[in-house]
Amino acid sequence: MSDKLAPLRQPASPAGTDALTGEVARLIVAALNLDIAAADIDPDRPLYGEGLGLDSIDILEIALVVSKQYGVQLRADSEENERTFGSLRQLVDYIIAHRTK
Amino acid sequence: MIAHRAGRAIRVTEFLADVERLAAALGPSGHVLNACADRYHFAVGFAATLLRGKASVLPPTRTPAMMRQLAGFAPDIVCLTDDADCDIPLPRMAYPLPAAPSPRRAGNGAAHVVPQIEAGQLAAYVFTSGSTGTPVPYRKSFGHLVRCLHEGAWRLGIHDGAPCAIAATVPPQHMYGFESSVLLPLLTGAILSAERPFYPADIVAVMDALPRPRALVTTPVHLRALLGAGLALPPADLVVCSTAPLAQALAREAEQRFGTRLLEIYGSTETGQIATRQPTRGPEWQLWPNVSLSLEGGVTWASGGHVEQRTRMWDVLETTGGGRFLLHGRVSDLVNIAGKRSSLAYLNHQLNSIPGVEDGAFFHSEDSTASAAGVARVGACVVAPGLDAAQLLAALRERIDPAFLPRPLLFVGRLPRNATGKLPQEALRSLASAQLKAATA
Repeated sequence: MSDKLAPLRQPASPAGTDALTGEVARLIVAALNLDIAAADIDPDRPLYGEGLGLDSIDILEIALVVSKQYGVQLRADSEENERTFGSLRQLVDYIIAHRTK
Repeated sequence: MIAHRAGRAIRVTEFLADVERLAAALGPSGHVLNACADRYHFAVGFAATLLRGKASVLPPTRTPAMMRQLAGFAPDIVCLTDDADCDIPLPRMAYPLPAAPSPRRAGNGAAHVVPQIEAGQLAAYVFTSGSTGTPVPYRKSFGHLVRCLHEGAWRLGIHDGAPCAIAATVPPQHMYGFESSVLLPLLTGAILSAERPFYPADIVAVMDALPRPRALVTTPVHLRALLGAGLALPPADLVVCSTAPLAQALAREAEQRFGTRLLEIYGSTETGQIATRQPTRGPEWQLWPNVSLSLEGGVTWASGGHVEQRTRMWDVLETTGGGRFLLHGRVSDLVNIAGKRSSLAYLNHQLNSIPGVEDGAFFHSEDSTASAAGVARVGACVVAPGLDAAQLLAALRERIDPAFLPRPLLFVGRLPRNATGKLPQEALRSLASAQLKAATA
């Protein structure tokens, strides 16, 4: 196996995760035109429904920017399962595990 | 084959056995709220309900207020659900039924008899948001649904030849999804796909698993995300889009990347689908043969064919002769977000009925890119000194579908009413944008 084919990603440091969390929060706020500051998104509160109040249209929009920015394709068995990415922290963890760029 | 589920073909005999078993298990209630998320489960529920002479009830939303209204509309209503965590506050019946026979036993190719249903039988109640507030039920008789979908299959070019497998991103409970992803297969010999793919990668996987010919039934919202995701798209034989007009560029890109034509369907919950067009061929819509439009005092009405009662259309339509028309956008009061319809009047009524709200009004937030994708949102300005945003949103969530929750929601000292007390949309938008600028400055 050549080194070139090995995944480029490294285990994320806590600082790296925090930076990525801030970056993803800013992407979400910009993509959805939310009138809140990125720093005000609680990483552990639900993005969907209660909490930040996003709906499935927003979740698709987030999927689109995440695929463009990080090369990550979100998956779900059904629309109910989109809550797999319920919080910002879960979304960031998923990106760290699956990013290709 | 009548359906395709989790990679497996389901034959007509197996479907009929499932329908008969559920029909026998349905209790005395005359109304079934079919909440099944799996499209095959939904189809079995619909057919079993029909077979027992009961009516399917298809509400546009599942807010607590809507559920209370349904309980009043049909006190004997039962909710058929395939979600173990279903929290709909009505008497519930779980599907699939316990200890279903093994699929091996059914579907062995034995002769089967397809039940016959009277054309005049009531098949479903669908609901629309009336302009004054309370959702209004519409009766759909079986014969009219059949008539509509037979023409639909012909329009889509899937009325003959090899049966077309139909994947769909839309829920079976929404009129468009009900017609195009459930009735089209059941009534015209196409193949139903049970899945409801959501993310672009899910849509690709579901399409890939279907035999050809295959079609994708979707919306501008899903299509835009799908085309933008940077995935290789599986070849398809038809793409169908509805709920909001699709931007030309998206239609062209979809046709190129799927290697097939894209057709748009125009319709409403009241009328069902009544026209199609291929947007890359021209802007005109072609009506179903016996359906006609008439203009009276600035309002367009649809009637004839499968349209059961003369119906007001909530769009500005211009007839161009020969059963064709142009669509010039919504009537200004109408709100259409990803196929969910409401009106500013209704939303305002709900907002102003919240204790603590002194005055409040919704407005169209005119974001042109969002409009092109059919996802333009509504915002609201509200005077409610004793409430914060979380309290107000929680109260609204009780009353209206989440798609209509205001974005932005702005607390103001007073609304920009003019001298006659009217509230121009433009004044609300200006107030909102000034306040947003001040907040971010």
